[in-house]
Amino acid sequence: MQYTLSILVENQAGVLSKISGLFSRRGFNIDSLAVGVTNDPNVSRITIVANGDEYVVEQLEKQLNKVIPVIKVKRLNEGEFISRELILIKVHCPAAKRAEIIKTAEIMQAKIVDVAQSCVTVEYCECASRVNTLVDLLKPYGIREIVRTGTVAIDRGTASVSV
Amino acid sequence: MISGAEIMVKCLEAEGISVVFGYPGAAICPFYDKIYDSSIKHILVRQEQNAAHAASGYARCSGKPGVCVATSGPGATNLITGIATAYTDSIPMIAITGQVRTDLLGRDVFQEADITGACEPFVKHSYLVNKTEDLPRVFKEAFHIASTGRQGPVLIDIPMDIQTNEIEEFVYPDEVNIIGYKPNTKGHAIQVKKAVEAIKKSKRPLIVSGGGVLSSGVKLDFQRFADTTKIPVISTMMGIGVMPSEHEMYLGMLGTHGKKVANRALHEADLVIVCGARLGDRAVAAPHQMSENTTVIHIDIDPAEIGKNVKTEIPIVGDMRNVLSMLIENIGDYTVSDEWQNTVRAWKKDLFSTPPVFEGFVEPRTLVSHLSAMLHSKAILVADVGQNQIWCANNFRIREGRFLTTGGMGTMGYSIPAAVGAKFARPTRDVIVVCGDGSFQMGLNELATIAGNNLGIKIIIMRNSRLGMVRELQDNNYGGRHSATILQGDPDFLKIAEAYGIDSAQASSNEEAEEILKGIVDSDKPFILVCNVYPDTPSI
Repeated sequence: MQYTLSILVENQAGVLSKISGLFSRRGFNIDSLAVGVTNDPNVSRITIVANGDEYVVEQLEKQLNKVIPVIKVKRLNEGEFISRELILIKVHCPAAKRAEIIKTAEIMQAKIVDVAQSCVTVEYCECASRVNTLVDLLKPYGIREIVRTGTVAIDRGTASVSV
Repeated sequence: MISGAEIMVKCLEAEGISVVFGYPGAAICPFYDKIYDSSIKHILVRQEQNAAHAASGYARCSGKPGVCVATSGPGATNLITGIATAYTDSIPMIAITGQVRTDLLGRDVFQEADITGACEPFVKHSYLVNKTEDLPRVFKEAFHIASTGRQGPVLIDIPMDIQTNEIEEFVYPDEVNIIGYKPNTKGHAIQVKKAVEAIKKSKRPLIVSGGGVLSSGVKLDFQRFADTTKIPVISTMMGIGVMPSEHEMYLGMLGTHGKKVANRALHEADLVIVCGARLGDRAVAAPHQMSENTTVIHIDIDPAEIGKNVKTEIPIVGDMRNVLSMLIENIGDYTVSDEWQNTVRAWKKDLFSTPPVFEGFVEPRTLVSHLSAMLHSKAILVADVGQNQIWCANNFRIREGRFLTTGGMGTMGYSIPAAVGAKFARPTRDVIVVCGDGSFQMGLNELATIAGNNLGIKIIIMRNSRLGMVRELQDNNYGGRHSATILQGDPDFLKIAEAYGIDSAQASSNEEAEEILKGIVDSDKPFILVCNVYPDTPSI
């Protein structure tokens, strides 16, 4: 089961290692992790996407709550949140293929942000599964480089994760 | 103007700390220079790990966090085992380490170690202080975190320049405000009501007492609860001492090395009230079996413990003190059925047995069970790790005193330094160490601390020239191949005692041992008794 955790933490040195340590110590992998400051400059928000059964997630939530600089932990409910990931893909692109790749990007509503003689760089901001679809579509042209952020997620509607 | 080092001392004073255990070094020298003429007594141990164990023993007997101090690099890394022990055993502790100057951090200079990083999995929280101004807040928070909620060690790593820099004035904060740390101690009223209903409905309820009852300081209330309800009690290793051993409804320690009757009670109970215990694998080997036919009520201050090892029907998060008083209030004049009481009374008869005697040797279980009668009722027994620990856990007839051991981490070499801490916390009480010849040799450097401070600690070494516990494991699981468990080259312990100026004697029979002990228990001087134990004596 894949789950998404939103964690509010005090913005201080070492918090990230405390949190990632909780996962690694138990032998759990993190699929993605994103950190950024919130509207309160003293508070950062970490979004973690990982896999595990109900017991594992519950234990992790409880253990995360024990970390002193952790202010709040919330598991986002499937289907009730919006998630986004940013990806930059450098695709092999001889002049002959350029139109085709631009068309593909257009269909997916991705942006071409850089063009060179033999390659283009595509920027895309979407949920992880759409990002994966774009990657699959561009793969046949030859991907030279990929860089993607971790997933960030926010509740739909008025629900929120706040201090 | 006031220096960081002076502030550190003042913070400790403000927290009411009168004794710290430590070992100096270059990076912590500014602090040592200021503690030199302060009201705080510094006890020089002989290895940093023992400073942490001594702080642990001190904390367990004084009810306040114990403080240990070490220098940077190897001094700090030597503390780790002691810190980890306190963490697993949930003991409140402040570990203070010196660190290289902030401008040198990360450059791998002499005696630099990333101790906050290294200790991450074993501390409740840690600080690497980077501003002298932060020291008062950091100390205030550290003491608060260590001593509230589920207690544990907090590490404060302080670079040298932070110790030497000066600031305008020292103001110790009155309050802490840690936004992410608000332990829930209250206990949920509806959950307590549910628990009481379940207890009243059950036919064979049972209490498992853990170390949490002792950390809450509610031993006497707990005993009253057991007395009035007649609910039988078994205990984890960390919970030994919650009930007097002779109490009619107390059936001893559970688990792989526990009492048969305790495990039987757990097996036959239809409802179990777990009080401040983790129920680790040595306590309940097959937790899933246990919960199939049993209703489990789990009371713990740490929500992460509930449901971790044993499936729980009624979780109650809160401090034992609060939850217990709510339970007492709600349960009224309930008592368990006569039938269950009588069953337990019948089992109680089997709690203590008389093991066979081997001619020319001390029978350690019998000696331990006779020990209590020779001591004052509030005696503190400190057991090490190995067979000696199990002999003590199962046979010491505890009355109003304490039983100290590391039940969670199982760190060999714990007993002697922990006894040092215990004696400083409770100077008028009998403090007795029981260790094996293996564990003695892991802690014997602290004989110097005992002799130097003339601490009247009595040490009983159960000498079998074996690492008995591992050897037993090898007998049972490895075809009796005694790989590395025969202690060759053991020294003459009497001569070691003599070298430290400590009186000693040896015994080869229980009569001899008891005679010697009777002669020395009331002395305020340290003593070492070496008991020759038959090598094949089992743990249980």
